[in-house]
Amino acid sequence: MLLLALILLAALWELYKLVIPEDGVRLGDALILPRSDDTSMPHLSEIFGAFGKQEVAGASGTVASSVVSAVWYSLRLAAAGFAVGVAIGFLLALAMQRLRTVERALLPYVVLSQTVPLIALAPLVYGWSGNLTLFGLDWQPWMSVSAISAYLAFFPVAIGALRGLSSPPAVQTELLRCYAASWWQTLVRLRLPASVPYLIPALKLAAAAAVVGAIVAEISIGLPGGIGRLIITYAQQATGDPSRVYAPIIGAAVMGLVAVGGVSLLDVALRRYHTQEQAT
Amino acid sequence: MTTPAAVNLEGVGKRFGEGTGAVQAVTDIDLTVAAGEFVSLIGPSGCGKSTLLRIVANLIEPSEGTVLVNGKPAGRARLDQDYGIAFQSAGLLEWRTVQGNVELPLGLHGVGKAQRRAQALELLELVGLADFAEHRPSQLSGGMQQRVAIARALARRPALLLMDEPFGALDEMTRERMQSELIRICAETSAAVVFVTHSIPEAVFLSQRVVVMSPRPGRITEIVDVPLAGRDEDVREAEQFFAAITDVREALRGRSPVTDEGPA
Repeated sequence: MLLLALILLAALWELYKLVIPEDGVRLGDALILPRSDDTSMPHLSEIFGAFGKQEVAGASGTVASSVVSAVWYSLRLAAAGFAVGVAIGFLLALAMQRLRTVERALLPYVVLSQTVPLIALAPLVYGWSGNLTLFGLDWQPWMSVSAISAYLAFFPVAIGALRGLSSPPAVQTELLRCYAASWWQTLVRLRLPASVPYLIPALKLAAAAAVVGAIVAEISIGLPGGIGRLIITYAQQATGDPSRVYAPIIGAAVMGLVAVGGVSLLDVALRRYHTQEQAT
Repeated sequence: MTTPAAVNLEGVGKRFGEGTGAVQAVTDIDLTVAAGEFVSLIGPSGCGKSTLLRIVANLIEPSEGTVLVNGKPAGRARLDQDYGIAFQSAGLLEWRTVQGNVELPLGLHGVGKAQRRAQALELLELVGLADFAEHRPSQLSGGMQQRVAIARALARRPALLLMDEPFGALDEMTRERMQSELIRICAETSAAVVFVTHSIPEAVFLSQRVVVMSPRPGRITEIVDVPLAGRDEDVREAEQFFAAITDVREALRGRSPVTDEGPA
């Protein structure tokens, strides 16, 4: 299905180029359909061909190798952000599940946190570089990127885990109470396994958010080495070579797929906890 | 030293809510269940029989009165695992096998793996589900799930069993078989049972005494002694059995001031 959708998308792209005139379709002065010339919409063969081109004329590195190393760099920053975000989100959910007061006090701020524009936060977090020391470690610029990743990633985890941890029906929580099970035992034997069907989608969202956060943070902070910076660099070279603009974008998409795919592996491993909906 | 009563309730009442919106769920309950005795609570919906059971289980605190289980305060008895419990709904953990569900209370209290397994299989044998040990709860019928829940309630070999309509979901034949099994188990383990039910024949067949309750506020209107010679299958067709059923039915009708609702 995924392959079919890709082929369909590719066919649409080429069909558009074939049917729509190069200058686009205009009604009076207004551009109704965008241009389809080779600068705006290069042929797919050129887009993918761009990966094989040399990064700089005469140099040995190709565009592909630049994209791969940039993806690898950004993916590690996103992974660090994801790990921190998941840990924070999960701890928040635990605290909120444990005490209703904490939930009432905290949940509005958790939601509020996501309405603050990411772009506004980036310079603030970047300002920590050189001014902040954590456990004897100076704050590095890459940490700012991971911090913004974490900021986006914690949210779905906090919400999903809270719903999951609260999902066992009264009969089950009362049963554990009758067994004089401790809070920890109830968590491990009941609440955690019951939360898996809620956690997996939350982790997928968090993985995608961490990737987006890393790329946007790289761009707004201006951190070199990652895919975010590469997108800007190649965009600036668009007049000379329009085809390579798409290379880092494809790289970013692949990066998101890798991140979500990693969570899917976890999903497979936890399959037996995924039976909630079959309950009678 | 005499064996303490399995359950001892004195002047127990429970209010939900505060002020004018408060609802008196049960009031003025005095009841003693002797060790090894089988007592049923019967009455129309809203008479507080489930509330009473939950007070004994220490799932809710009474507003007034004292609750002793095995001679201890109810909270202590819960911590000491002095009772086993089975609810209306089985509440099995979907991600565990049938056997894993029966092992749950054993695992929580540090029983070793081999012993857990042996005990769980023995209990599953008892409820007729030995062949289903490796199945998932979702693969079982509602009645079979309930039998797993009963096996789980028996896992700690408790001196007191609290049962809230545990056979309500079973078909009539299975239900009668389970009733006989329960009688046998009680005889073997000498466990006392407090059994909430809607069914008059079930209450009469199982119990030495039937506690008849009425609603608004929930209270005990009469305690009917059931003088049955034995508890085998023949009893179900005996004269005394029908006489006792009539007795309980009249107690339910006669003493209940609110009859418009009827036994649900």
